[in-house]
Amino acid sequence: MFDDFLIRALLGGLGVALVAGPFGSFVVWRRLAYFGDTLAHSALLGVALGFILHINLTLGIFIICQILAILLFISQYQRQLASDTLLGIFSHGALSLGLVALGFMDNVRIDLVSYLFGDILAIGTTDLIWIYGAGGVALIGLIAIWKPLLSITIHEDLARVEGLPVDRINWLFLGLIALTVAIMMKVVGMLLVTALLIIPAATARRFASTPESMAIIAMVIGGLSVTLGLLGSFYYDTPSGPSIVVAGCILFISSILLPRR
Amino acid sequence: MSSQKDNIQDSLLSLVNINLQIGERSLLENVNLELNRGEIVTVVGPNGAGKTTLLRVALGLQKPTSGKVTVNAGITIGYVPQKLHIDPTFPITVRRFLALAKSHKKVDFSKLLDDVGAAHVIDSPLQNLSGGELQRILMARALMREPDVLVLDEPVQGVDVHGQVELYELISRVRTERNCAILMVSHDLHLVMASTDRVFCLNRHICCSGTPEVVINDPAYTELFGAHAARHLAFYVHDKEHKHEQDPQHVNSCDCDEGKDCV
Repeated sequence: MFDDFLIRALLGGLGVALVAGPFGSFVVWRRLAYFGDTLAHSALLGVALGFILHINLTLGIFIICQILAILLFISQYQRQLASDTLLGIFSHGALSLGLVALGFMDNVRIDLVSYLFGDILAIGTTDLIWIYGAGGVALIGLIAIWKPLLSITIHEDLARVEGLPVDRINWLFLGLIALTVAIMMKVVGMLLVTALLIIPAATARRFASTPESMAIIAMVIGGLSVTLGLLGSFYYDTPSGPSIVVAGCILFISSILLPRR
Repeated sequence: MSSQKDNIQDSLLSLVNINLQIGERSLLENVNLELNRGEIVTVVGPNGAGKTTLLRVALGLQKPTSGKVTVNAGITIGYVPQKLHIDPTFPITVRRFLALAKSHKKVDFSKLLDDVGAAHVIDSPLQNLSGGELQRILMARALMREPDVLVLDEPVQGVDVHGQVELYELISRVRTERNCAILMVSHDLHLVMASTDRVFCLNRHICCSGTPEVVINDPAYTELFGAHAARHLAFYVHDKEHKHEQDPQHVNSCDCDEGKDCV
């Protein structure tokens, strides 16, 4: 009774959860949730770019996310606006610009809801290649900068004085997050990307005693959320992306209700 | 300028004519400071005087608008920040925190922590430490790099008086045992005076400097801290008066006060 599309959906969802675990942990540790949201909200602009350039839409999303990450990185050096104000401008600006750009394209009809909340059941073989290829790159990149990134997360100036190339590592990290956000889009959609980043990580916190164990437990919990959400979506005919997030929330609440060890 | 430097044998770090302006605000004005091996130098001043900014300039974290920061080639600087802002969701123990430091050789963490008097917290989460314990851990991490210069930002902030005395004793001991130079800032006045060789009184510019005895008796010192304690008097008035006055203990002549060669 499990069809091919369901297996592809599960494979895609699990792949995304594996990447989201460690990145989500850093998003939680470094309080980058709003930053992740901002990147995700630029996805429609990426879709528009994909249509204009006739390239793979995930690639279009990835390019726009990278550009936005660079802009955000540069603008953190200005002191005029608080960072959440700035993120808000970028976030809603990019979202609206994406919708307007798509509105100009008369020959393009997209299913907006599937971009907002994901369309995991429509994952094709190309999407799987993207998820596992780009996701693999993102994970390998993160492992490569893992230790210095932990030091920077603890105290940026201390890391700088100890001679770490802080700016270079931060750049790389933001680039990798942009890549992660781009591949997560298909599974949970732009409005829920941050949820799949932070909910499994927040759930994992209680069971973790080291940064590494938290990242790995977040992978497992993310995978569990995807599986449960997908099953729920299949049996109750509910929208898949939101079902995955609801499953994640249920796991999170259960973890809080568990008695302390 | 370079001939002046050559004359001073064991100067590890020097700041010459440092000015820092951010936007319209002037944070540091014409600051001169020199750090020699084996000495403890303390920068005191009221809140907002630019103490932490001065440390950031010395550490190379903040570029001055003008002036020169010279760090002797080949020396290692250890930095002890005031506090860490670690998110409570970040699972990290003291042991792991120490292991993250870049160190050339293997370090025995329990011995190291014993040395700074914090062996009992080795497996505690970093977020659970008291102010004094955290300072000791941060100091341990800095010492792992065998620094020639140790820079501490308000090391006793939020520590009770008994703990403050102990921390200053630890700092003095580190200086003696490792023969490094120590540069620290403090807004506390009394305890720090007992454990420092030279004091720089900072209120954007150096108001006075010298040995603790000299500084305590300096009118500029009394004025700065007396005025500040009383109420927020306009510092501008103070500055204007101060700039025009030919104080023998002013920064440019401070070395003379200590009986050192005046170049």
